[in-house]
Amino acid sequence: MGASDIPGVTVVEAEPAEQAPEVDARPRRMMLNMGPQHPSTHGVLRLVLDLDGETIMASQPDIGYLHTGIEKEFEVKNYQQAVTLTDRIDYLAPLSNNLCYCLAVEKLLAIEIPPMAQWTRVMLTELTRLNSHLVWLGTHAIDIGAMSVFLYCFREREDILRIFEMYSGQRMMTSYFRIGGLALEPPRGWQKRIKSFIDVFPSRVDEYEELLTNNRIWIGRTQGVGRISIEDMLDLGVTGPMLRAAGLQWDMRKSEPYSSYEKFDFEIPTRTENDVYARYLVRIEEMRQSARIIKQALEGMPEGRWTADAPHVVLPEREKMKTQMEALIYHFKIVTEGFRVPAGEVYQTIESPRGEVGYYVVSDGTAKPYRVHVRGPSFGNLQAIPCMIQGTLIADVIASIGSMDFVLGDADR
Amino acid sequence: MIPDDIKALPTVAALFNTAPEAVVGGKLERGELALEIAAEDIAGVCAYLKEAQHFVRLSTVTAVDWYPQEPRFEVVYHLHSPARNERLRLKCRLAGANPEIDSVTAVWRGANWYERETFDLFGIRFRNHPDLRRIMLPEDWEGYPLRKDYPVTGNRV
Repeated sequence: MGASDIPGVTVVEAEPAEQAPEVDARPRRMMLNMGPQHPSTHGVLRLVLDLDGETIMASQPDIGYLHTGIEKEFEVKNYQQAVTLTDRIDYLAPLSNNLCYCLAVEKLLAIEIPPMAQWTRVMLTELTRLNSHLVWLGTHAIDIGAMSVFLYCFREREDILRIFEMYSGQRMMTSYFRIGGLALEPPRGWQKRIKSFIDVFPSRVDEYEELLTNNRIWIGRTQGVGRISIEDMLDLGVTGPMLRAAGLQWDMRKSEPYSSYEKFDFEIPTRTENDVYARYLVRIEEMRQSARIIKQALEGMPEGRWTADAPHVVLPEREKMKTQMEALIYHFKIVTEGFRVPAGEVYQTIESPRGEVGYYVVSDGTAKPYRVHVRGPSFGNLQAIPCMIQGTLIADVIASIGSMDFVLGDADR
Repeated sequence: MIPDDIKALPTVAALFNTAPEAVVGGKLERGELALEIAAEDIAGVCAYLKEAQHFVRLSTVTAVDWYPQEPRFEVVYHLHSPARNERLRLKCRLAGANPEIDSVTAVWRGANWYERETFDLFGIRFRNHPDLRRIMLPEDWEGYPLRKDYPVTGNRV
């Protein structure tokens, strides 16, 4: 401290500044935890990133936060009760999971589903695909920065959920497909509701495309981003639109048709650019094709029953149950102990909005499944993340993983 | 033993020519072909099916617990060939005490998580797996929930 010119005031002398630390000119390695609560992982996915500056050197997805032991729970429910579990696996495509499980058990039971039920299943499963793709598009656009698309997508999604509610009384966890057909008779006036929706839907897809397809920011964020070779994808278990955006024309609705998909006229959209933008275009075109299928189902819906002629599996009609002895006995037996399924095993796959859903059902001849394994498409797709984002920039991670369209409930089960 | 009509199928016939002792059983039920493979041969059989028979995709790996039967576990592989539009199921039986089998991650990298899941929920160890850790449950979890002697509800004693 020294004296100053002003009396009574002392000047504090500054101490000599410490030697500034030497700045490391090389980019520094850093571990970054993305998630499990990151808003753009749409669920609870933790991604451990090994960064060199802004470049990703390696990454490690960590899943299991939503594991609820669904496969174990299958073993204590009877076959029909277990339908409700399948809804909760992939909460954006509940009806696709319903369908796959029902087809597997019906294959074990060897029962024939009437055409009307099959067509209704196709129609509603395609609405589910629209529903899922709309949620994907809206949230993916938000992740990349286009906020308004979300509102447009959820407007149409609301219509779809209302249709589900009309059919089943539930908006999301519908459990509308049951072993042996449908849970209820299709509601009166369903044609009008579906028609008014499907008449306007293609023009709504045009609206989304107007917002995004030629949008320079959207193109800048998505083109050339998130590339992964088709060989890597097949090796790692990736399925669905990801593969089709890389040029592989493989869709189980065509290659292994189920539930009378072979009677419908539609195309499998493919692209060859194999980037986030191509995946967007593929899903947009899939929405248009789904709309075509729904329209065909609406126009050509066969007449007839909505449940199979299998009294040991399907509950009798209320009227018959009250008046006929056999119907009452069947009703009592199905409600109290369920139905027995012949011993054996099947692996049924369908094309869900995300890719290959597979149900491996093992029966030991009792009324409860001995073992059910669910092959969720998200589980296989997530495995490809390290391969896809290695060497890219951290800013592209969100766009890349968003383009996979995974649902963590589907991966963790 | 293996019925003759299954032996006549092209995939099975080719497999028989290369590794006759590896195939110990086969069934064709409901249009689905399932082959039982000797557990020690699984990695070799998978490599052959991928390289020579176009089964480029491994759909899933899982297991079934046949407690209290012995051999207790059945490891199940679902293979798929998009080019031939064909699916194939392979099964290996493993004894209940210290179940171990070779990993197929060297054949399909995608087997990694499926084998981890099977290890996590059934306690089956996969030899030569690059990263055999629990995947669904916490690292310090005790027991293997999908085994039949693991209770569904209540506290474990």
